[in-house]
Order: sequence, then structure tokens, then C-alpha cells
Amino acid sequence: MDFQTVVFFFLAAILIFASLRVITARNPVHAALHLILAFFTCGGIWALLQAEFLAIAIILVYVGAVMVLFLFVVMMLDINLDRIRQGFWNYLPLGAMLGLLMVLEMGMVLGAKYFQVPAAEAMSPANVSNTKSIGALMFTDFVYPFELASIVLLVGMIAAIVLTYRGPKKSKYTNPNKQVFVKAKDRVRVLQMPVEKD
Amino acid sequence: MDALMNFGHGIFGGAWPAVWALLKIVAIVAPLMLSVAYLTWAERKVIGYMQVRIGPNRVGPWGLIQPIADGLKLLLKEVIVPTGANKGIFVIAPMLAIAPALAAWAVVPFNENLVLANIDASLLYIMAITSMGVYGIILSGWASNSKYAFLGAMRASAQMVSYEISMGFSLICVLMVSNSLNLVDIVNAQATGRLAGVGLGFLSWNWLPLLPMFLVYLISGVAETNRAPFDVAEGESEIVAGFHVEYSGMAFAVFFLAEYANMILVSALTSIMFLGGWLSPVGFLPDGILWLFAKMAFILFLFLWFRATFPRYRFDQLMRLGWKVFLPVCLVWLVVVGVWMMSPLSIWK
Repeated sequence: MDFQTVVFFFLAAILIFASLRVITARNPVHAALHLILAFFTCGGIWALLQAEFLAIAIILVYVGAVMVLFLFVVMMLDINLDRIRQGFWNYLPLGAMLGLLMVLEMGMVLGAKYFQVPAAEAMSPANVSNTKSIGALMFTDFVYPFELASIVLLVGMIAAIVLTYRGPKKSKYTNPNKQVFVKAKDRVRVLQMPVEKD
Repeated sequence: MDALMNFGHGIFGGAWPAVWALLKIVAIVAPLMLSVAYLTWAERKVIGYMQVRIGPNRVGPWGLIQPIADGLKLLLKEVIVPTGANKGIFVIAPMLAIAPALAAWAVVPFNENLVLANIDASLLYIMAITSMGVYGIILSGWASNSKYAFLGAMRASAQMVSYEISMGFSLICVLMVSNSLNLVDIVNAQATGRLAGVGLGFLSWNWLPLLPMFLVYLISGVAETNRAPFDVAEGESEIVAGFHVEYSGMAFAVFFLAEYANMILVSALTSIMFLGGWLSPVGFLPDGILWLFAKMAFILFLFLWFRATFPRYRFDQLMRLGWKVFLPVCLVWLVVVGVWMMSPLSIWK
């Protein structure tokens, strides 16, 4: 076994363990942390396949931003484990079916290459970096799908804001915009008074 | 150099490349840790003089051994784990805080050849690695099982996520004008230009044409490292010490190290991205690593100066600055730079 294969199996073992812990961990924060570990290891495997842009992008986007917000929410939830477990047996058949389907699909894709690290094929000429060639392709051959995807994301963003907007605020609040521009003379009036003598 | 390589091969055989890489890592991390120690000393001295005090002056001449004494003291203290804490996460949180601060140095170039890993996407790598530093803070706050620590963690995560966006946008402007994601190429791109040709190199560095982005990056850098005036995650006067209130001894010291290592990292990145890295500001002086250190020292002095000068931002003001001021400025300047580059007035041809 050469070094790359060793690294692959090392990363793959961590990835499988972390993914299993995501669904088996009792504490939701632990589950979220294992999901972070899974993303990170996945980035490692992609880097091994010479897809360095994807590897860095998954760490930047999922580990660096999405999971931070996810953790933010999970930490603040008051999660009652008993209530979550109530429907377990009812949902099991549906969940198992979906899981099986995914395993089947992946098996068909990987099929022939089962348990073999696919040799990292040079997708682009050796002297052009992966990041550069992705950028070039994204803005030439695939410019319309790319722009379409960004519009879909923009729509999603606006939709999220519209869905959570609860109308104008009724509570009292301070406007920091006004506050920062306040000068001392707006708040304090200095009066000239003659000294009183009795 | 060849003799050294042969000598290494002779002793370690096939493992030599790994040993050599390890030696290079030590050569970066050891001076870094020493600079962290003396940055704490410099901070206390500089702020001391700004506030008309003397600062540490008892341990060694001018208090020069003070940071070593502080380190020893923290090393010998007991690490107390609170009863209700989530022990495993409580212990790994400081490690998660310091690991990204050190890992990012792998791609930081000190001059054209002096870089541990000269990879093509080094700017992306830096952005990805530094974005992970927030986990140490969030997890320490959560695992401590303390209200103050938790408040600090919540503030930190909101703050980091919002400032990372403007930081990313300012870096996008830099990579647009340098036409590369490689930090060495970014510095080399700053060496070319009409003004660099007549010996006024410092006017062709990115800080001038990208002035708004330079300021956004600098201020976001202060916010990213949780330094005053954006130290709401710690906020001694509001939430005791924020995320690390329950930590003592070496576990606390590791958070401290991470904060200062991050400060040095941000100053190095600002110097490389906007201040021309190791390039000399004027034509008649040679380029060299000392210029990089001088620029980093200047940025670090700014960090200390800010801390001595500005009162802490309120949390809502902080969010407003990130989302309502920096983000629009970045978006506008991104378009301005794009149009500028395409126009005949472009200075980056």
C-alpha cells in the first residue's frame, strides 16, 4: 500500500466514524461537532483527489460558516431527548428505505472501483491550478448555469428574510445610526450664568 | 545547503523529507511563540506609557523577563474543570482555538523563497483555516456550562460570521487586482507599476488603490481577533471574561497564546496583502524580510494603540458596523475595482 492509500483509508475511517456518530450521538451538540469533523475529513479526501478548490470551499463554507450558525442554533435549543425519540419506530421504515436507496445509488456509481482509490487523473494541464481551471470553466462554458444558481441563491436569501419578517417593531429600541452621530452639544447645553452674590 | 541535505539523508534516510519539513515548522512556530510572549510585554509597556504609567519593570531589566515569569506561573497553576462542564469539549476547546492560528502560517511567505508551502490557492487556504478559529471560542463557552461564558460564545460566533464576510470581500478585491490566489504572486504584483518604476514603491502597493478595502480589512482584522474595541466576546466589564471565564492555568494560557498568535497572523496578512510584504518602500533600499517584520510591527502597534484609545463597542453597534457599513462599502468598491480594471485608466495592466 502506498502512502496515498494509507492516508485515504485513515481519512475514510474517520469520515465513517464521524458520520455514524452524527446520527447516534445523544447530545445534539456532539452530533453537530461530529458533522463538522465529517466535513473536514471530506475536505481532506477531496484534497487527496487533487480537487483542492472543492476541498477548501467545503471547509470555508460548511465548516467556517454554515456549521457555526448551526451550532449557534443547536446550543440555544432546549432539546427534550425523550420527545424526539417518541416517533422513532414509526419513522424507521421510511428512513431505512431512503437510506437503503442512497446506499444502492452510491454502490452503482462506485461499483467497479469498489475499495480502490481512483488514481487522481489530471483534469487540467499540469501547470494550470485546479482553482484557476474551475474559475475559467465557470465563467466561460458554464456561465449561464452558474448565474442561474446564483439567482436561485439570491431568491432563497430574500425568501428567508421575507418569511421571518414580522412587521415593523413595536417595542422601544434605540437607533444606533442616530446614536453614533450624536455630538455633545445635542445632549448637553452649557449656559453662561453670572455669578450670584448675596 | 546541499551539504546539509546530504547530511540529513545520511542520518535519517528516507524519512529525511518529513524531518526537514518538521524542522521548518519548528523554525516558524518557535520564533512565533517567542514573539507572542514579547507581544504581551510590548502591549503592557505601550499601553502603560500611553496611560502615563511605567508598565512591568520588576522582573529583569525593563521587565523583559516578565512574559517568561507569567508563562511559568500559568504553567504551574491548576487547571480546574467545572463540575457541570462537558469535560471532553472543555479540554479540546483551547486546542481548537490555537491550532488554526498556527496552521495558517504554513502558507505565509516571508520572502520570495522563504515559505513553508508555496501552494497556488494559499489565499483560499488562509481564509478557510482562519474561519475555523471561532470553534474554540464557541465550544469553550458552551462546554463551561456558565452563563457568562455562553454569552461570550454567542457574541463571538455572531461577530466572527459577520466580519468574515467583509474580510472575504476585501480579499476578493486584492485577488482581482493581483490576478492570483498565491501570496507570493500577490506581493510580486505590488512591485510593478508606474510609481514603482520611479523608485516610489510604497505608492504602488495595494493600500493606496484599494484604500477603503485596506481600512475594512484592518478593522475587520481587529474584530476577528476579538481585540479592543471589538472585544465583546471577552468584555471583562460586562460578562466578566466571556468565553474563557471558567478556564485557569495552562488552558487559559492557550487561549491567550491563540489570541496573540492571531494578532501576529493578521498583521502579517495585512502587510502581505496591502503593504507590499517584503518589498522596500523606496527604490534605493533593498527588499528584504526585515521590511515585512517592520510592517508587521507597525500593524501590531496599531492594535495596541486602538486598545489604549477606543472604548468598547456596544454589541448592536458592532453588528451595524459589520453589516450596514462595511458590507455595502465592500460591495460598491468591488464593482468600482471591476470597472476600473476594465477601463482604459486601469493601473494593473
